[in-house]
Amino acid sequence: MASSAQRPLSKLETLVLGIIGFATFLGIWLAVSASGYVPRQFLPTPFEVLARASHLLTAPFAGATLPMHLARSLERYAYGVALAAAIGIPLGLAMGWYRWLDDIVTPVFDGLRFIAPIAWVPFAALWFGTGIGGPIMIIFSGAFPPCLISAYRGARFVDGKYIEAAQMLGASNLRTIAEVLLPASFPSIVAGLRVGAGLGWQSLVGAELIVASAGVGYMMVQGQSNISTPTVMAGMLAIGLVGLLIDVALRQMEAFVRRRRGLA
Amino acid sequence: MSAIVFESVYRYFTRDGKSFPALDGIDLTVADKEVVALVGPSGCGKTTCLRLAAGFEVPTKGRVTVGGQPVNGPGPDRAVVFQQFALFPWKSVEDNIAFGLRNQGASASTRRERVSAIIGLMGLEGYETAYPHQLSGGMQQRVAIARAYVLDPEALLMDEPFGALDAQTRIVMQEELVRIARVNPRTVLFITHAVEEAVYLADRVAVMTRRPGRIKEILDIRGVRTAERWNEHERIEDVMDLESFVHLRTHIWRSLREEKIGAVP
Repeated sequence: MASSAQRPLSKLETLVLGIIGFATFLGIWLAVSASGYVPRQFLPTPFEVLARASHLLTAPFAGATLPMHLARSLERYAYGVALAAAIGIPLGLAMGWYRWLDDIVTPVFDGLRFIAPIAWVPFAALWFGTGIGGPIMIIFSGAFPPCLISAYRGARFVDGKYIEAAQMLGASNLRTIAEVLLPASFPSIVAGLRVGAGLGWQSLVGAELIVASAGVGYMMVQGQSNISTPTVMAGMLAIGLVGLLIDVALRQMEAFVRRRRGLA
Repeated sequence: MSAIVFESVYRYFTRDGKSFPALDGIDLTVADKEVVALVGPSGCGKTTCLRLAAGFEVPTKGRVTVGGQPVNGPGPDRAVVFQQFALFPWKSVEDNIAFGLRNQGASASTRRERVSAIIGLMGLEGYETAYPHQLSGGMQQRVAIARAYVLDPEALLMDEPFGALDAQTRIVMQEELVRIARVNPRTVLFITHAVEEAVYLADRVAVMTRRPGRIKEILDIRGVRTAERWNEHERIEDVMDLESFVHLRTHIWRSLREEKIGAVP
């Protein structure tokens, strides 16, 4: 085929292609596990994983059912992300407004932000314990950078005419930040929150590897100790689905914000 | 008294370590309650003049005073109407208009009263809770003017206020501005590149040279306007047909054209 401009695909075609990709993935998985080359114990079929997941919906494993583990995970997750947003967004906005604060924070932030959430695990366990504090800190370390960066970028690249309009109307610094910088950066902040929420969720299992009581990550670690691969994979399935749901919800919110603002 | 005075104002910009003159000694006084239009070829520094009076920029040399006070940063005593409106898209029409009043610490009842009065004056009834993006360009500019007027500023600074509007809307807004100015006269400095607009709206028209900007000449329109009874005409096009109007307009056109031709190397 000539490499001419590609025709845009219709929604239906996109959907069909997506299903083909997904079916291929499941087919290869099924074929490999059914072939017997890999011991069943280590690679259960998709059906076994689904069966295990639905069994775990009601039957407790490692002290709780899957929904109960998920609830505990979501609780920690909510605290971690909320903390990241509550600190990252105001700090980012303030850094975008006050140049001196930018100069103070940026070197520290750049020095720390390449330490992956998983690398915080031992430190977090030492400092904040394996109760709720440690995991929250790890989720926080995943969600915080995007929150801060998006608020900072949003504030830094606000159209100067809004700032000038606010100043000419006699607004104080604080009011300019709260009523001009914040709403002007809102689309950027929501986009950053989406990225942060995703990274925070991805950090969750790392966080829960050090937790001794409950949570999806804890359930998976217990599954590993018991060499119950279906349990481990059911946990992965739950993490994937909930992560997807969180992303879809935040994407809806982003679209809503943009619509209200007349941007889309 | 709230005259706007430019006293031998110079403004240089530096780029790549080199200094470029933008304004080269501006002397101009806009008297109390007077409307002065600043016209000039593009890039001549007319917007810079307005930004200096607004306090968004500082002169390299010389000074700008409003009401006898040297300009020191932007403030609500010198309300600006921007070409691109610069309404806050996240605030409703009434919240946009009330924003400046809130900054002044006006009570809720005072705000309601003054906002609803200006909404009536600007013909914005029924749009109080609408958001800027739901309004046409003309309506948005009405909100921007209301937002400035509601503060009862000493001086009103308008930067090509109708430049972003279509021709018909522009005419309506020009007539509207004349109407409002009769109800509530203000000291106004406005920038335009539309010569007709300048002659129709201003008491005096200041013509600038090409860059670096200087005031080339100042024409007083008031004498002709009174003698030829422009005010008896309701519509802008009737005024524009008058021989006295055409004469003034052509004079300014020629004056500007000399500058434009001179700009070609």
